[in-house]
Amino acid sequence: MTRMTTEQAIHQALAEEMQRDERVLLMGEGVATKRPDLVQDFGATRVRNTPLAEAIIAGTAVGAAASGLRPVIDLLFAPFLTYAMDALVNSAGKLRYLSGGQFEFPLVAMSMTGSGWCVGAQHNHNLEAMFAHAPGLKVVMPSTAADFKGLLKAAIRDDNPVVFFTDLGLLHQEGEVPDEADHVVPLGLAAVRRVGADVTLVSYAKTVGVCLQAAEQLQAQGIAAEVIDLRTLKPLDETTVLRSLRKTGRLVVVTEASGLCGMAAELAALAATRAFDVLRAPVVRLTGPDAPGASSWVLEQAALPTAEAVVEAVRGMLGEVAVGCEALAAS
Amino acid sequence: MSAAGMTDALRRLEAMLLIRAYEEKLVEFQRGGAPGTCTSVGQEACAVGVVGALESRDRILTNHRSAAHLIARGADPGRLMAEVLGRIDGYCGGRSGSLHISAKELGVVLTSTIVGGELSMAPGVALAQKMGQGEPGGIVAVFFGDGAACEGIFHEALNLAVQWQLPLLFVCENNDWQAFVHRRETMPDNAIADWAAGHGLPVATVDGNDVEAVHAAAREAVAAIRADGQPRFLELVTYRLRGHFEPDDQAYVDADELARWQARDPLQGQADRLLAQGSLGAADLVQLRDRVAARIEAAARFAQASAWPDPHTLTHHVYAEQGARS
Ligand SMILES: Cc1ncc(C[n+]2csc(CCOP(=O)(O)OP(=O)(O)O)c2C)c(N)n1
Ligand SMILES: [Mg+2]
Repeated sequence: MTRMTTEQAIHQALAEEMQRDERVLLMGEGVATKRPDLVQDFGATRVRNTPLAEAIIAGTAVGAAASGLRPVIDLLFAPFLTYAMDALVNSAGKLRYLSGGQFEFPLVAMSMTGSGWCVGAQHNHNLEAMFAHAPGLKVVMPSTAADFKGLLKAAIRDDNPVVFFTDLGLLHQEGEVPDEADHVVPLGLAAVRRVGADVTLVSYAKTVGVCLQAAEQLQAQGIAAEVIDLRTLKPLDETTVLRSLRKTGRLVVVTEASGLCGMAAELAALAATRAFDVLRAPVVRLTGPDAPGASSWVLEQAALPTAEAVVEAVRGMLGEVAVGCEALAAS
Repeated sequence: MSAAGMTDALRRLEAMLLIRAYEEKLVEFQRGGAPGTCTSVGQEACAVGVVGALESRDRILTNHRSAAHLIARGADPGRLMAEVLGRIDGYCGGRSGSLHISAKELGVVLTSTIVGGELSMAPGVALAQKMGQGEPGGIVAVFFGDGAACEGIFHEALNLAVQWQLPLLFVCENNDWQAFVHRRETMPDNAIADWAAGHGLPVATVDGNDVEAVHAAAREAVAAIRADGQPRFLELVTYRLRGHFEPDDQAYVDADELARWQARDPLQGQADRLLAQGSLGAADLVQLRDRVAARIEAAARFAQASAWPDPHTLTHHVYAEQGARS
């Protein structure tokens, strides 16, 4: 194992995949400026600074992917993806199907999002669910350095278009990354980060850490929480979630993204449609508000699900808070 | 030197000094842990020259590098700093931070940090103006960078403005940088003016580091728009002297190129001109700088004393209250 930051893990994945497959190329605003070693190793034809134009960056990736290359595009911050939406959603996501399966679109669109930098809603918008909603696209949002590396490598090797989100709050976070020559983490497999029998906490990206903190606090109160890190939002690893739910009967979903029509809603639906018989309490969603991200640190923080809120929700599900309330009402 | 006795040229120098001092204070804040900003150091003449040619009935759209436009328009540096620090007294109550500061009361509307966002909205603002929503005779100026000219929306906006005959002044601050990419990597050398001309717009390309040249060209363009209601295009050739966003070590910047432009600092240029003309003495310059420094210190104190927004107001302003404004 080697300790490295998320940023380093991403860089290693890019370097290894470019080494492994000469069809892989990297394009984006400033990618060559930012990664001079890749330019040196793989040449300026494979590591390209682009004009400031997301629509054509993504469109070019789609065309190139259909024609034998395996582009990785860095679109910087997730809100800029909306300029690339046409190419990703209408072209990459649909033209395989609409062509009767004649074309593949092996491309990866990377971007950063999430709170922590006080940059406001035009840089911080967790819009992963928009892409999960689009047919034909896969969506990845890792939480550990090892996964950033392994999932990015898998995404580059996937024959489908993959939208790969980096929670910017994790960029400088360090983690252990396996040293094996080819550390690949398959898409579509969730990870059980902590085992427990009383409640299932499901999350992805930065809020996995929130769930782990909550689980720690719950442990001290004698409550065993299982923590599932989805890692890939689409395809969604329903099996791992349902297996856990059959054990615990209680589900709390935690996302920084807003709740309406989001991943948390999807997981609540999964529980209701496929595990209704085992549910011992209503599903709880702890999500960001239906509001754009504010820049002010105080407001940015106020929008985030906290470990305390998770603990409170779990205690409520287990009846502990309810008991307290009854006692209060009786007195 | 009293403010009342100053010539317009001297006022322009003072405005540029104020912008510079304001942004240098933000750099200091950032080093102390406050959020970073995109400064317009080196580009002050563009903002001061153009905004000074506008009237209060005119509207301005700007982008991530907006401080100079706002201050040139008369924004209070204290409220701007409060916004950057995320405080309640900021122009947007702390929701914007530095990147999307609008100030409707100043006619600075719809600031977007999505590159090209300002270009996408400007024709609509000008259309509303043309259809009688603004003050009579008002026009619209939209500030954007050379990078924004790479976005497809640039062409869409120019074409629409020409076809619909919108009273819109396009102001491209061509500073040779598009974040961490030099303009030479993204377009042919004279592309911006050529593209604008190709859309049928009258174009003036001006030295963006010469505030008097910018001002003269802007006055001419504004007068022309007011006279015939048609759009105009100004390309201001300038350079980004600091990094893209604080902090930025500019390791990727060619040192000779940077030095050449540092030697053409627009503030120094205007000061030298006025000193040479005799309309400014060395002591006056010191006095101007002191006055500006005092304003910025007061602004910083105001901003730092400003309260944080109440977290309970987090979801205020997401939706309009139906009927509240109609
Ligand atoms: C759509 C979009 N893409 C990328 C960015 C990131 N970004 C912010 S400013 C900038 C460079 C803009 O260059 P230019 O338009 O020349 O303006 P300048 O920064 O030089 O003033 C970039 C790439 C963004 N904010 N929006
Ligand atoms: Mg520029």
